Amino acid sequence: MESDSIPAGRGAANDLRLEAVTKRFGDFTAVDDLDLAVTRGSFFALLGPSGCGKTTTLRMIAGLEQPTSGRILINGVDVAGVKPYRRPVNTVFQSYALFPHLTIAENVAFGLRRRGVRDVRRQVDEMLELVELRNQAEKKPNQLSGGQQQRVALARALINKPEVLLLDEPLGALDLRLRRQMQLELKEIQSEVGLTFVHVTHDQEEAMTMADTIAVMNRGVIEQMGSPEELYENPRTTFVANFLGHSNLIDAEIVGNTGPHVELNVHGNRISVDRARASVQQGRVWLGVRPEKVCISDASESVAAETNVIDGGTVSDVSFVGVSTQYLVRMPWGQELSVFEQNTGEHRLFARQTAVRLYWKPSHAFVLGHDQDARAGQEELR
Amino acid sequence: MSAPRNALNWLQRHIVLVIGVLVLVYMFVPIVIVIAMSFNSPPSRNVYEFGTFTWNNWAHLCQPYGLCESLLRSLEIGVLATLGATVLGTLMAFALVRHRFTGHAATNILVFLPMATPEIVMGSSLLALFIALGLGGQLGFWTILIAHIMFCLSFVVVTVKARLIGMDSSLEEAAMDLYANEWQTFWRVTFPQVFPGILGAALLSFSLSFDDFIITSLNAGTTTTFPMFVWGSAKRVIPMQINVVATLMFLVALLIVLGGELRRRRKARD
Amino acid sequence: MTAARTEASAPRGTARRRRIPVAYWLLLPGAFWLFLFFVIPFYSLLATSLYDPSGGAVSGYRMTWSFANYWHTLSDYVGPLGRSLAYGSIATAMCLLLGYPLAYAIAFKAGRWRNLMLVMVIAPFFTSFLIRTLAWKLILADQGFIVQTMQSLHLLDPGGRLLATPFAVVAGLTYNFIPFMVLPLYAALEKIDGRLLEAAQDLYASPLRAFLKVTLPLSLPGVVAGTLLTFIPAVGDYINAQLLGNTETRMLGNVIQSLFITVGDYPAAASLSMTLMLLIVALVYFYVHRSGTEELL
Repeated sequence: MESDSIPAGRGAANDLRLEAVTKRFGDFTAVDDLDLAVTRGSFFALLGPSGCGKTTTLRMIAGLEQPTSGRILINGVDVAGVKPYRRPVNTVFQSYALFPHLTIAENVAFGLRRRGVRDVRRQVDEMLELVELRNQAEKKPNQLSGGQQQRVALARALINKPEVLLLDEPLGALDLRLRRQMQLELKEIQSEVGLTFVHVTHDQEEAMTMADTIAVMNRGVIEQMGSPEELYENPRTTFVANFLGHSNLIDAEIVGNTGPHVELNVHGNRISVDRARASVQQGRVWLGVRPEKVCISDASESVAAETNVIDGGTVSDVSFVGVSTQYLVRMPWGQELSVFEQNTGEHRLFARQTAVRLYWKPSHAFVLGHDQDARAGQEELR
Repeated sequence: MSAPRNALNWLQRHIVLVIGVLVLVYMFVPIVIVIAMSFNSPPSRNVYEFGTFTWNNWAHLCQPYGLCESLLRSLEIGVLATLGATVLGTLMAFALVRHRFTGHAATNILVFLPMATPEIVMGSSLLALFIALGLGGQLGFWTILIAHIMFCLSFVVVTVKARLIGMDSSLEEAAMDLYANEWQTFWRVTFPQVFPGILGAALLSFSLSFDDFIITSLNAGTTTTFPMFVWGSAKRVIPMQINVVATLMFLVALLIVLGGELRRRRKARD
Repeated sequence: MTAARTEASAPRGTARRRRIPVAYWLLLPGAFWLFLFFVIPFYSLLATSLYDPSGGAVSGYRMTWSFANYWHTLSDYVGPLGRSLAYGSIATAMCLLLGYPLAYAIAFKAGRWRNLMLVMVIAPFFTSFLIRTLAWKLILADQGFIVQTMQSLHLLDPGGRLLATPFAVVAGLTYNFIPFMVLPLYAALEKIDGRLLEAAQDLYASPLRAFLKVTLPLSLPGVVAGTLLTFIPAVGDYINAQLLGNTETRMLGNVIQSLFITVGDYPAAASLSMTLMLLIVALVYFYVHRSGTEELL
């Protein structure tokens, strides 16, 4: 799968570059020919399910693993073989890895002391102030809550002003509310401090909330890389389409290819998609449209021109979830499509067995090659 | 639950605890006797029986000929053996836990075997070695020391290994990530974490060495350690002072254990 | 595109092709010591056991490959050998009988007294092995409380003794090795998830049945470890036999010790030692094999 990479040659704007990085553990390839470039000062997320290689990639940047082949360039310098303690990179570990026998202040000061920096006390105070833990300075890690420990781990890394700050699923151990709060705080701190953050996570909402750029990884390769909006609105692979939010993927055939639109035959229905949103332009394809983009109405309701319409659906399930009403609509060809209708106050609930009409704009769908697995990236039943 | 079942349950629940406590009491009776005997003045010289209460034994600990000499010997050997076994054993534990190498399984077996071999066999074979090397006439301090380091090693390895395995390896990764090289990482992060295990192993070593009789007696020649003194005196006259030593050992060990426990509780409370 | 030439290895202890890995430097001193003073002595023991028995410490020994030594000593000392195995087995069984309830109580019933009870289990170790065995000499003495009580209850003949009998030796062995049984048992029992027992009771098992069907099988590795740690040293012990027994209760250990130190018949002593070791190895092998817990080793 071709990955979108920021073109080389941007020079100093790229703090961190991975070129054709591969990591093999025996027969198992964790990371496969990865190309990556992270703009200086941005918040970059590596998103993917467990086992996709994102943590391995992070550890290779930190120097805790060595790539089997490929180059890792930090500020233009190839750091292959360079020990972690010689790289201008710091890590916030998933388990925080706070030194239990040292106080909070000593933990935060650790990196500075190893580098022989003067004036440690003042810097530590400032950093603890930033993460709002000034009063806990003399306590030991096991006396703090999970959220507080997480902030200490962050402070300990940040204080060294690294070229790249790596975060390995740092919010995984926190409960939902705390996690949301920390997501915003981390984003704030990053903007304030202006350092390059590389954040590894499996939570797509987290990535989309925090990151400027996301790279979606699957089985050691990058499926797609771009801004959250790009990835969400215009996915290039079924994996991305399913992993970020939900997608309806419908079997279709391209029948027309001229003009600003691509024409498809979807089980007898005539559908148009903006050409720019079709990554494949002929043959059998998957037509993708997100549930919140699909409108649902009576079979009799009139619809604006240029809108894609499919009649003949029957509501098979209705769920009211407060923010929206989620429908499952069984189509004449057997597939059940998801429709999320926002709860705008216009109270209109379709009951089960009702015949409905589905419609959406040509600029809201996307087209993907049929050779891909339509179930890639979907959450598995546990 | 029906009433009969309730009663049965109650009885069952308490029976196990009662038996357990009885066994504990049974285990403590000899210790109580030893402590009592330390204040004892036997009715006559050759009899190992209760007589009258006296402070004499405590006041004149070194009165029996050879007792304090043997005590000193045991202490010397104990300290040196602990040093040797702890250093060698800790190094081995690190190798076994932190490194992959061929011969891993074989080394584990080699370490395990001395703990599973009867002392008489280990003592005999060492004696056979010394005789074969022509050292039959030179058994003494050094041969005892060699033997003690040998059998304490395994216990040190096992103890330190257990501590190392329980350690979070991401701590060392974090240290290196924070600009500490291998040496600094070891001294500032690894060692403070392992230290309680090493300390425990050292204490275990010392008590094993101090109390050893079987292996020691076979390889001691004319040198006398404290257990050997006790054994010898059991054939003749048993001085009550040995109970003083035993009581002292008990109190010291008890203090160490209680001290460690108190320290742990205070740390947890902070 | 230049490929990185570094191997995929951990930052610490990188094994390069020419340098000996760090692991061996750490391992060597200790392993060397064990090899020199544990493994090699067995060879010496074997060799000594095959010496010509007519030699002596002064005149030296000739190696005559006399395997007959084994046969001779075995037939001479069948009694002590048999006694060692018997006393050791009985003592181990007693330790299990007494130790299991104690370990169970500490693991499941002790609550906040658990640590205290554990300390009390190992507290006997804080005093000398020999001295506490001597204390038993006092407890079981002819004029002592126990003997007097048993005589008045007609459990003992009026002139009967407990000291210098097999009973005393076994009692001493049992006493000295209970902690070796309790601690592994406790470790195994402590690991059992209490919820398993709750599940058993929820599924209509009585407490006894729950114990037999759930706890006992799960504690088996601890039982195996405990019996091994008790049996092996017990069989080789001679201290209890010497202090609490008499010439009729001599165990193999007593014989070996006297052959080495008093008599000076090294080949005989060595052959007995080897016999003991081989016997124990064989017994342990079959025992562990039968109980299906090879992973222990």
